[in-house]
Amino acid sequence: MSRAAVPSPPTPAPASTPASTPASTPTSASTPTERATPTERAVVGVHATARIRAARAGGTTVVPVLSGDGPFDLRRGRAHGDQARVCVLGTMTAPLGGDRLHIEATADHAAHLRITTAAATIALRGPTTAHATYDVHLRVAEHASLHWLPQPLISAARSNLRQSCTIDLAPTARLLLREEIVLGRSGEPPGRLSTRLSVRRDGRPVLEQQTGYGPGAPGWDGPAVLAGHRAVGQILIVDPALDRHPPRARLFGDNPATGQAVLTPLAGPALLITALAPDTMRLRRLLDAAHPIP
Amino acid sequence: MNRAALLVLADGRFPAGGHAHSGGAEEAITAGRVRDVADLREFCRGRLHTSGLVAAGLAAAAATGYDPLLLDEAADARTAAPALRRTSRRLGRQLLRAARATWPCAELDDLAATRPGGAHQSVVLGLTARGAGLLPVDAAYAAAYESISGPVAAAVRLLRLDPFDATAVLAHLAADIDHVAAQAAEAAQHVHTDGVAALPAASAPLLDLTAEQHATRPARLFAS
Amino acid sequence: MHLHHSDTSPDGHTHGPNGSGGSGGSPQRPGGRRALRVGLGGPVGSGKTATVAALCRTLRGELSIAVVTNDIYTREDAEFLLREAVLPAERITAVQTGACPHTAIRDDISANLEAVEDLEERLGPLDVILVESGGDNLTATFSKGLVDAQIFVIDVAGGDDIPRKGGPGVTTSDLLVINKTDLAPHVGADLEAMARDAKAQRGDLPTVLTAVKSTGGITPVAGWIRERLTAWTACPA
Ligand SMILES: Nc1nc2c(ncn2[C@@H]2O[C@H](COP(=O)(O)OP(=O)(O)O)[C@@H](O)[C@H]2O)c(=O)[nH]1
Ligand SMILES: [Mg+2]
Repeated sequence: MSRAAVPSPPTPAPASTPASTPASTPTSASTPTERATPTERAVVGVHATARIRAARAGGTTVVPVLSGDGPFDLRRGRAHGDQARVCVLGTMTAPLGGDRLHIEATADHAAHLRITTAAATIALRGPTTAHATYDVHLRVAEHASLHWLPQPLISAARSNLRQSCTIDLAPTARLLLREEIVLGRSGEPPGRLSTRLSVRRDGRPVLEQQTGYGPGAPGWDGPAVLAGHRAVGQILIVDPALDRHPPRARLFGDNPATGQAVLTPLAGPALLITALAPDTMRLRRLLDAAHPIP
Repeated sequence: MNRAALLVLADGRFPAGGHAHSGGAEEAITAGRVRDVADLREFCRGRLHTSGLVAAGLAAAAATGYDPLLLDEAADARTAAPALRRTSRRLGRQLLRAARATWPCAELDDLAATRPGGAHQSVVLGLTARGAGLLPVDAAYAAAYESISGPVAAAVRLLRLDPFDATAVLAHLAADIDHVAAQAAEAAQHVHTDGVAALPAASAPLLDLTAEQHATRPARLFAS
Repeated sequence: MHLHHSDTSPDGHTHGPNGSGGSGGSPQRPGGRRALRVGLGGPVGSGKTATVAALCRTLRGELSIAVVTNDIYTREDAEFLLREAVLPAERITAVQTGACPHTAIRDDISANLEAVEDLEERLGPLDVILVESGGDNLTATFSKGLVDAQIFVIDVAGGDDIPRKGGPGVTTSDLLVINKTDLAPHVGADLEAMARDAKAQRGDLPTVLTAVKSTGGITPVAGWIRERLTAWTACPA
């Protein structure tokens, strides 16, 4: 969580760059810039990209690409059966105004990959009021699976973050995603947070969802959207098997004061669990009740 | 083009089934989250900027002549709760009936033939606006307004609100409706080049949750 | 809400813009016309559901019947009919009316039309579809876009001056049923006066005084339905 390392040019830890990324991609270069004059606002901030690629090799999954520059420190975890596991360590867990963060992960044909993060991501107000971006792009090939299970994203007061998660799935690909958002550290109001989740399967849209919370998002805390809840989370499962066994809509938690969740079958072979709670602990409890993730 | 067609289309008495739906207001009232005019205003503001904006974007895109079947699929992807998909398709089918009698055109007939169970209401609304000679921004206005006029009418019945106060909620949100319609129409301009991803997808967790809750209630006045 | 629903209805045909037209995609009976649609209106508690139940029991052996109920708050009418097993469940559909039952049968009939057409599509050609209103005041009537004929049901316990007061239901309905005549002695209702007032209000339009829950009480109403159906079938579409 230490931010101290960030303004200085990050030296990628050797362990985190086993395969270097093509230098031709502009975003792949770590470009820490001085947080300086107002005229440079648009370019102020850390630009960093993490890349992960999992491939099938023999009876198991290997991770030929695991590279992160700037604040991203990626670690291989112990494999779990034929599933490779990767953890994004938080040498930097705080997107500040102006930062441009990017994670790209691909599970190739028949590969099984699980990605977690070691700590919560906290959006903080940086030296500028400019927004930060945090974009995640996941691709899952035929017969492959990907679990994207980051720790919660916390929107601190006066922060300004635009987060997006774009997912492209092959027709036989499977996805398990859990995202949790906390609006404000305890006792403080949230900053500006917008999120977009786009899931396509075989190029067709499965789920397209934007949220806007905090100042500048009209009605976000009112009775149609959050009604005072400060933790909101989702579990998304895409699995061709759901076509044969479509789930029924189900509700969890009957006390609005301690949170509620709903499991909804989507129009395709997918289900979405949406939970609202007063805090992270009760949020996780609800999500676990709806769909435990070991 | 007759702009006046927009008045006909957006009139709460247009016989397209809306009167039996509360847009989530009945469940919000049952859950105690909407108790008075101030709550109703915030409910409407949230609904307008989320599902209202999404509907306005889809309607505006349909009014540009973009493929209604692709928009129908885009509406599915933007509607997580099955109860809301059902309601939207049912209202779309009812609107299609009224629209084909009011502004007959081949595009509406085609949509009825390919989606006999009903296309999403917002898509039908946009196509209806197109058939009536209206502009995409008009379609966006009709969708945005519809997203809050239903809840207000329902709340008047359910909470016995003073109808003058309730109508003032709609007037109070006029600038928000302008904003949402403009945003939706702007997004719809990009749909031909960028596809449906260009359209708004704002979601409201509680509207999804309470729609499913409402669908389980054995006793209720409104269908949604 | 309909008792039967799915994300997209399984039907496969195109709907005419107005369901009333007797044309469009509604499956046709041997005579070449779609089912006769009969509305039942009248105040809450006058005996509309009892009339529907009795009609189904009497006519189901000879005619193919389905029912649409417009419940005000619950699905009680539909569930009563299901419990009484007057018809198989798939022949009964409930429509929700948003606190405004007369709107759903007169000003905005779209939900009821959907329900009627869904029944026809699901069940194939039908002879008669009964649409029971959610119960209204005396001014509520069915749109011609929804039904081909309407029955107005009042009862003797609601006050024997109702026929004299008139109102669109009493004066213009195709059949006026003055129900619960068995209760007349207990509530002090003057049946002769009611018949006389009805005649004055309705001219040649028929009125029956009956008790639909008593043995044979439904016979005149069932007879009227048979007559209407014969006329409907004979009349060119
Ligand atoms: N005594 C008597 N009661 C009846 C008769 N018809 C209906 N009822 C009763 O009147 C009440 C209301 O009937 P219902 O059919 O539910 O009325 P609806 O609200 O018009 O549908 C019920 O308790 C019925 O059993 C009748 O002919 N005689
Ligand atoms: Mg009844």
